[in-house]
Amino acid sequence: MKRIYLDYSATTPLSPSVLEAMTPYFTEHFGNANSMHAFGQEGAYAVDSARRKIAELLGVKPTEIYFTSGGTESDNWALKGCASAYSSKGKHIITSKIEHAAIISSCAQLEQEGYKVTYLPCDNNGIVRPEYLEEVIDDETSIVSVMLANNEIGTIQPIKELCEIAHRHGAIFHTDAVQAIGSIPVDVNELGVDLMSFSGHKFYGPKGIGVLYIKSGVKPDKLIAGGHQERTRRGGTTNVPSVVGISKALEDALANLDKNYKHIKELRDYFVAGVEKNIPHVVYNGDRERRLPQNANFAFEFIEGESLLLTLDLNGIACSSGSACSSGSLEPSHVLLATGLPVEKAHGSIRFSFGKDTTKEDVDYVLDSLIKAVSKLRNMSPLYAEFIGGKK
Amino acid sequence: MYNDRVVKEFSNPQNVGELKDANAVGTVGNAVCGDIMKIFMKINENDVIEDVSFQTFGCAAAIATSSVATTMIKGKTVEEALKLTNKQVIDELGGLPPQKLHCSVLAEEAIKEAINNYLTEYKNKKNKV
Repeated sequence: MKRIYLDYSATTPLSPSVLEAMTPYFTEHFGNANSMHAFGQEGAYAVDSARRKIAELLGVKPTEIYFTSGGTESDNWALKGCASAYSSKGKHIITSKIEHAAIISSCAQLEQEGYKVTYLPCDNNGIVRPEYLEEVIDDETSIVSVMLANNEIGTIQPIKELCEIAHRHGAIFHTDAVQAIGSIPVDVNELGVDLMSFSGHKFYGPKGIGVLYIKSGVKPDKLIAGGHQERTRRGGTTNVPSVVGISKALEDALANLDKNYKHIKELRDYFVAGVEKNIPHVVYNGDRERRLPQNANFAFEFIEGESLLLTLDLNGIACSSGSACSSGSLEPSHVLLATGLPVEKAHGSIRFSFGKDTTKEDVDYVLDSLIKAVSKLRNMSPLYAEFIGGKK
Repeated sequence: MYNDRVVKEFSNPQNVGELKDANAVGTVGNAVCGDIMKIFMKINENDVIEDVSFQTFGCAAAIATSSVATTMIKGKTVEEALKLTNKQVIDELGGLPPQKLHCSVLAEEAIKEAINNYLTEYKNKKNKV
């Protein structure tokens, strides 16, 4: 059976060039980067080079790049570290309703500890508008955290404007850029953010490695206490192969950004047009313009997302349902609900995310399978029967 | 996540659709919860379920249990069908993931709902005639 992967926003395959760069650091150059001896110094040199490369690619200083275990840790560190470090300013944190679970859950923990958290709404297209922040920010606000691009519906947020508002009120600004880095151009200095999280495996790098960019002068408290790694701000033996890997992956991703962006967006647009032309009663979730090139998210009315996901999976197609039971939670996507999509439509929503290796033939195959799958499930659905019956 | 039997039942469900000459119909669940099952039965004068079908909006577990449950009560008497439990449906499917167990309750409830509707409405009407 043909197998087509359309879940690149969940994770991407490691690219061969990245694997090649990483391999020696598993075996011959295995030293602990904190060791004084030559074995250790090989590792330390590789980590330094990687840090300098990433800093150069982002246009920031090497001392502003901190390696973590991934996007989730970076988000936890930024939020919890700043919340406690800047609690003397106030205990008010502002984030949005459409953040990744790493932020939402961290906020829930901070609420338990006595912080006040305000969750900004988004508009029907999934955009967190600057005026929403303007309305709720106050002198007690110590940190504002809004994601650069949403993982479910791909909406790109007005970070520069949001950041300016935060700074005007003396608050620190963090952005979760996990979905954006390697997909769209990101200029950290232009955005003006104080902290930014990203993760290696979203752009053909290894899993288990992430970065937290921390602007000079910003000092979040430690999340992971330990040895002297990462300028004593994040303990734990440095994951040398993965540090080398994320650096190489970022270098490749940015070198090919324009080419990949164009290819991926063309295929996504072709897919979206195909769905809207051939399948009635669909809602294209998110914003048509302010959107990551790889993301398409549809609500297919009258059917439930998991059964569609599984039907496609049985046809060799991998995509993702933010909704319902698939992820173990029975709640529909908090992101889709925040956009005002009714619960029953949120249950029937599916995300397709495209990658640099996706082909037009893949998209044609997926469209064909999708049209059949939706039709099969609708023919089973009492909601569809009711709708058709009502029209007669 | 699902065993082969559940996947097979989901991808090729039995007794799908509306039964035109049904005399017992029951609907349970709601779209907000993400699960609706509607069951149609044709019950004869001897209280035997001659034919049965379903329409389900829901996850793979909901569709698979609908298929199996309808198969299990076909040809059975109303009394026998009322005794069908969600445990029997789950056993027939060889088990369901823990977070999906509630889906099997839907089938049991839909069957009971349809039979109750039949007993209260249809039989009453018949008696009056």
